[in-house]
Amino acid sequence: MQELKYVIKDKEGIHARPAGAFVKEAASFPCKVTIAKGEKEVDAKRIFGVMGLGVKCGEEITVRTDGEQEEEAIAALGKFLEGNL
Amino acid sequence: MGSIMVLEGKSVFGGIAIGKLSVYGKKDRAVKRSKVTDTEAENSRFLEAKEEAKRQLAGFYEKAVKEVGEVNAAIFEIHQMMLDDPDYLESVTNIIKTQEVNAEFAVASTGDNFSAMFAAMEDDYMRERAADVKDISNRVISILQGSAAGAMTGEEPVILLADDLAPSETVQLDKSKVLSFVTRHGSTNSHTAILARTMNIPALIGVDFPEKLKEEPSGETSALGNAAAGTDSGEALDGMLGIVDGYQGKFYINPDEETLAKYQKLKEEDEQKKRLLQELKGKENVTLDGKKINLYANIGGVADVANVLANDAGGIGLFRSEFLYLESEDYPTEEAQFSAYKTVAENMAGKKVIIRTLDIGADKQAGYFNLEKEENPAMGYRAIRICLDRKEIFKTQLRAIYRASYYGTISIMFPMIISVAEVRAIKEIIGEVKAELDRDGLPYKEVEIGIMIETPAAVMISDLLAKEVDFFSIGTNDLTQYTLAIDRQNPKLDSIYDAHHEAVLRMLKMVVDNGHKEGCWVGICGELGADTELTETFLRMGFDELSVSPSMVLRVRDKIRNTDLSK
Repeated sequence: MQELKYVIKDKEGIHARPAGAFVKEAASFPCKVTIAKGEKEVDAKRIFGVMGLGVKCGEEITVRTDGEQEEEAIAALGKFLEGNL
Repeated sequence: MGSIMVLEGKSVFGGIAIGKLSVYGKKDRAVKRSKVTDTEAENSRFLEAKEEAKRQLAGFYEKAVKEVGEVNAAIFEIHQMMLDDPDYLESVTNIIKTQEVNAEFAVASTGDNFSAMFAAMEDDYMRERAADVKDISNRVISILQGSAAGAMTGEEPVILLADDLAPSETVQLDKSKVLSFVTRHGSTNSHTAILARTMNIPALIGVDFPEKLKEEPSGETSALGNAAAGTDSGEALDGMLGIVDGYQGKFYINPDEETLAKYQKLKEEDEQKKRLLQELKGKENVTLDGKKINLYANIGGVADVANVLANDAGGIGLFRSEFLYLESEDYPTEEAQFSAYKTVAENMAGKKVIIRTLDIGADKQAGYFNLEKEENPAMGYRAIRICLDRKEIFKTQLRAIYRASYYGTISIMFPMIISVAEVRAIKEIIGEVKAELDRDGLPYKEVEIGIMIETPAAVMISDLLAKEVDFFSIGTNDLTQYTLAIDRQNPKLDSIYDAHHEAVLRMLKMVVDNGHKEGCWVGICGELGADTELTETFLRMGFDELSVSPSMVLRVRDKIRNTDLSK
């Protein structure tokens, strides 16, 4: 399993558009991908789950990948977060 | 009298619209619960409808990209993803199978549950998303029911009234038939608001318009005919005349003739301005015979910058820094000032920004300065006089300005100058500030230094002052009142106050000539600069710059471009 932590810098938080793009990115990998804020962890391939976290600017999220291509996935998602959120 | 009704709302885009009202017929989809036996077949029916909904949304996406751009169109991609969300699908399927109910009911229940989740969130933006979930669910339901979504029809453009409009509804509208949007709900982030801004049409949100307009018991006949008396509690709004004032956030239903005439005039002026903008945006400020002049804008705060750019000013000729002090409970910190100046410098992207240092006192007071009450404040303890006396306040501002200079092209000018000694004292303080910044390792750029010419004394010694500075900017309001000895606040003197007084005009000419002799550029930042009756005079005098309120920029440009100095 791979894991990374990231603090959201976008002042709108993970709003609809980037949530959609993040889900798309996560869905392009075969491994299990989750995103967590605090205690709450959701499937990162499900848009309602990701939006439902309601992540705001300045909050820390934890992304975990587990399974086939987990390393590629964590690298790609880390890059996505840096570039978009 | 008639039955005019005036409502208020929040404007999301300025402008004026006059036209017939049309109430958007949102069909509240009545969903009946019915029992099904073949749940497998019912689930397939749902999946097919879902695929059809996604196809429709893909079509909207393509259309929206063209109309409002990729960023704003992305919502339709999100909608497609929502329809593929496993949680959403599982919920619908689960309801169909366990409750043995029809697909319409299962979709409606799921939509309600998911939108409730968003509606309960703290974040305003996320709460808005509840509408998105309802929208996609309604789409699937209407496909299941085999009914088409209701779009507006009709030949004449209308003011569209609605509770709120979902993105899929706005994208289906024939935009050439919409003069304005007026909605009961929605926020400045809602899709209707975004669409209105993209379409450049006035729009109001949060307007609590009634279903029907009650007739006055007096029986006054409205201009648009009368409903059959006594048969109804009021007249439906559809087809009535309305006015949307996007500047004041007002919405008029059934306006009286006086109001209508007033707004027709305002609308014409507005359209003329827009035409000017179309014709003159990006054009040079040059006379027919080739003389050029800089045309800048005056601002009183960070928020005004948008207006400066929208009106295509070449820079900011007067950035009044008082707002930082007047809107504050205590002396604004260096950081707060730095941030405001930097924002303006960055937003102007390299165009000149002339910041006038604190001009407080006289009619502009801030409690924490503890200024004593004066007999004659216009000639009292104000502006540079306070700054040179309370050096720490002044230095804080200068440090903030110099630090911001690194992020754009900033100039500074000083108000109420009457002597060379004052300018030298200022330059000494600037020297100290720069030395401190060097010591602290904070970057800054070279900053042009200028003074306001707004006292007769400064005019008379402008030859000497010109040796000390890079530019002059004439504050015609104060200069005129000091020269004519007329208090502008006293309405009794209005009849003898002559803004075009020969004495003032001669002073302007003198300042230009003295400035140019020493290589200073000379401008006007007072109200007179926007007086198009004098534009030609200013050009002939040789002014290098005029700074006017943002809304006047294009009118003055128009005047300049129609002036021929060779005649």
